[in-house]
Amino acid sequence: MRLLAIETATEACSAALHQDGETRARFEVAPRGHAARILPMVRSLLAEADIALSALDALAFGRGPGAFTGVRIATSVIQGLALGADRPVMPVSTLAALARGVVRERGAGHVLAAIDARMQQVYWGEFRYTAGRLEALGEERVCGPAEVTVVGEAAAWAAGTGWSAHGEALAGCLPVPVTGIEGERLPQAVDVALLAAEVLAAGEAPLDAAEALPVYLRDRVAEKPRSAR
Amino acid sequence: MRAALPREHRQQAEGRDMRVLGIETSCDETGVAVYDSGAGLLAHRLHSQVAMHADYGGVVPELASRDHVRRAVPLVREVVGEAGLAIGDLDGVAYTAGPGLMGALLVGAGLGRSLAFSLGVPAVGVHHMEAHLLAPRLEADAPAFPFVALLVSGGHTMLVDVEGVGRYRLLGESVDDAVGEAFDKTAKLLGLGYPGGPRIEALAAEGGPSELRFPRPMLDRPGLEFSFSGLKTSVLTALEKAGGELAAADIAWAFQEAVADTLVEKSRRALAAAGRERLVVAGGVGANRRLRSGLQAMAGEAGATVHFPRPAFCTDNGAMVAYAGWVRLAAGQGVQGDGFQARARWPLAELGPA
Repeated sequence: MRLLAIETATEACSAALHQDGETRARFEVAPRGHAARILPMVRSLLAEADIALSALDALAFGRGPGAFTGVRIATSVIQGLALGADRPVMPVSTLAALARGVVRERGAGHVLAAIDARMQQVYWGEFRYTAGRLEALGEERVCGPAEVTVVGEAAAWAAGTGWSAHGEALAGCLPVPVTGIEGERLPQAVDVALLAAEVLAAGEAPLDAAEALPVYLRDRVAEKPRSAR
Repeated sequence: MRAALPREHRQQAEGRDMRVLGIETSCDETGVAVYDSGAGLLAHRLHSQVAMHADYGGVVPELASRDHVRRAVPLVREVVGEAGLAIGDLDGVAYTAGPGLMGALLVGAGLGRSLAFSLGVPAVGVHHMEAHLLAPRLEADAPAFPFVALLVSGGHTMLVDVEGVGRYRLLGESVDDAVGEAFDKTAKLLGLGYPGGPRIEALAAEGGPSELRFPRPMLDRPGLEFSFSGLKTSVLTALEKAGGELAAADIAWAFQEAVADTLVEKSRRALAAAGRERLVVAGGVGANRRLRSGLQAMAGEAGATVHFPRPAFCTDNGAMVAYAGWVRLAAGQGVQGDGFQARARWPLAELGPA
């Protein structure tokens, strides 16, 4: 399996190339620098592996949730690459990528992922890793830190900027013991690639470039004036 | 993968025609087109978000960005197909890089830059106002340089002396509201909804001269600056004073007269000041028929000609971006490196000649 993955939904900007079990990656914390950095990262990965975009099985991207503009940068960049190289795309949840990183580096089996969503809210997702697959427990959502709910019963890792911003309020909701907190962890393309490889290997079909779309979770972004309601 | 510049140079050296895809996403229209340096415009399409924003009384930037990212890929495919091409036949990709709404611009820039990257062809970030200035050159009666351009839209009101591509001198602009904004605000006061331009024009057609006369802003002094925020206040005062007796249609008529007279007179002065014989009109307000006939009459008296792009190319569109992009690419002025950027503000004066 050969995959390119990009992730730009948070302060981090990253790209990864997954080739038959081996993964190369570029990662930088670059707030507002995603547009300038993402394609140079992609070019250096392709050059290093001496592979063309057209030789890849699919192009994966972090489809959010996260900063709106960052989520759209990943989306429109992957759309353009997929359109030009005539390759299918695989959207991956940014929260799942965050959780997959904790699985990869800490061997976690249960992860509570929270990304700071500003406006006193977090993007929240709960995941379990079993038999080589990451599984979402409950729906991803955007909510106040005191409103999160936990489905799993095992001890869990806590990860993401939501935990550094609202750790106390989040911890107050937990019915399970916490193994460790990684409040500075950011989602990485290497985990977007891993997740895409896992779901593709499990037989899930990739999508057409036009179906590569963001998931914002926060969908009430404007108020209609009273007269128009 | 091929590097970007060699293909362009090779292609230029062979003297083949160049096909440039243009993507416009600076505000509330998703526009896509293909321009061929030999055959001209091959295809163009527009998805307008006007209806979506109308409920909010104006453009909501986040909603605009969200819609662009849904619409752009299908539009690119439709346009390239209509042009009788495959995506791989494109020789360059142009996208609007500013000025405009940052989030919206980034959608077109990200798509355009990465499409060019994957095709191994050059990309270029186009200046939105330059694209408007050059749009009339898409038409059969393309105006020769030099000319004076009147750019009138919801975001801009300016008079520019155009000596050639990238040789622009700002003669005057609005010190406050853009003229399209004045139409929108006045329409709101008259309870007409958004966008205001076509609605005011339609209502004005039912009205006519009355005792009402709105000021012609800044005509009493020399210079080529505009000011439209006061007109809105005059409309409000007229509405209050009339107490419902004055027909809304007559107010719309008087407002349109004031705006058109002002734009016509400043254009006349600009032609004289710059010593030009051609006036080019661009921007959505350029579709207003009262303005068009006023400018025609003025030009006739002044011994000048006036050029209007067809209404579809007056408002935001992909064709002008594809064309301006080709002009810049043909001069070897594409984006250097693989990064892309968008600029909410980008003074025309920063552009260099092609």
